Amino acid sequence: MLRTARAWVGSRAVAEEVVQETWLSALRSLDRFEGRSSLKTWLFTILVNAARRQGAREDRSASFSELLAREAEAGEPEPLASRFFDAAHPRWPSCWTTVVAAWDRLPEERLLAGETRATVEAAVESLPAGQHVVFTLREFEGWSAEEVRNALEISDSNQRVLLHRARLKVRAALERYLGEDGEE
Amino acid sequence: MLSCREIVQLATEYLEGALPVQDRLRFERHIAICPACRGFLAQMRETHRLSGQVTEESLSPEAREVLLSAFRDWEREG
Repeated sequence: MLRTARAWVGSRAVAEEVVQETWLSALRSLDRFEGRSSLKTWLFTILVNAARRQGAREDRSASFSELLAREAEAGEPEPLASRFFDAAHPRWPSCWTTVVAAWDRLPEERLLAGETRATVEAAVESLPAGQHVVFTLREFEGWSAEEVRNALEISDSNQRVLLHRARLKVRAALERYLGEDGEE
Repeated sequence: MLSCREIVQLATEYLEGALPVQDRLRFERHIAICPACRGFLAQMRETHRLSGQVTEESLSPEAREVLLSAFRDWEREG
């Protein structure tokens, strides 16, 4: 929840206030919870609204949705471009230059270790706002694409573009981290 | 035939089930014969799985205290 709130507000301290406000208003209105969504989704809807209001007060996100849409539509350098042969390569046009191996030979303990988690978190921390909030809601909080789209008021394709860019960056961070053993 | 580069661009659309049938088939035809892209796709799935294991950072002790006391008040009122 803190991570989500941070997408709208300036500091961790303010984000904590937003999370507190969320819990308080959730507790106060618990009797109005109708069970049409999961409790978690309901809570996050309150959170997103509270964070958005706070963000507007800070004048950070007069229109957060527009900001996200712009971020999704803006070009980004092609990820992994250096990992491919040129499109004009005689034998392997636009093919990978190196082996890309699944991580399935790594032991599960390694994949679930705290350091792996820290790698994911650090990568997410450095994402631009839109990718950050979409990745957080989809991957950390387990929201559906539709829930994210509605809460953030962005289009389906913008939602997916932001998720895609974020996942590629997190994957790259994991690849760097998990590849340090020099296997392969 | 899709290139490896295109596979990377389409990976999330594929995983989200958002590719039209024709593109989905082209995607799968490439994956079937390209070990590097299979590896890449497996990494993307794993990135998704591992991210789901990240647990929420804990609240600061002060924030927790505020919440707990609010909860106690609320219980009393209820």
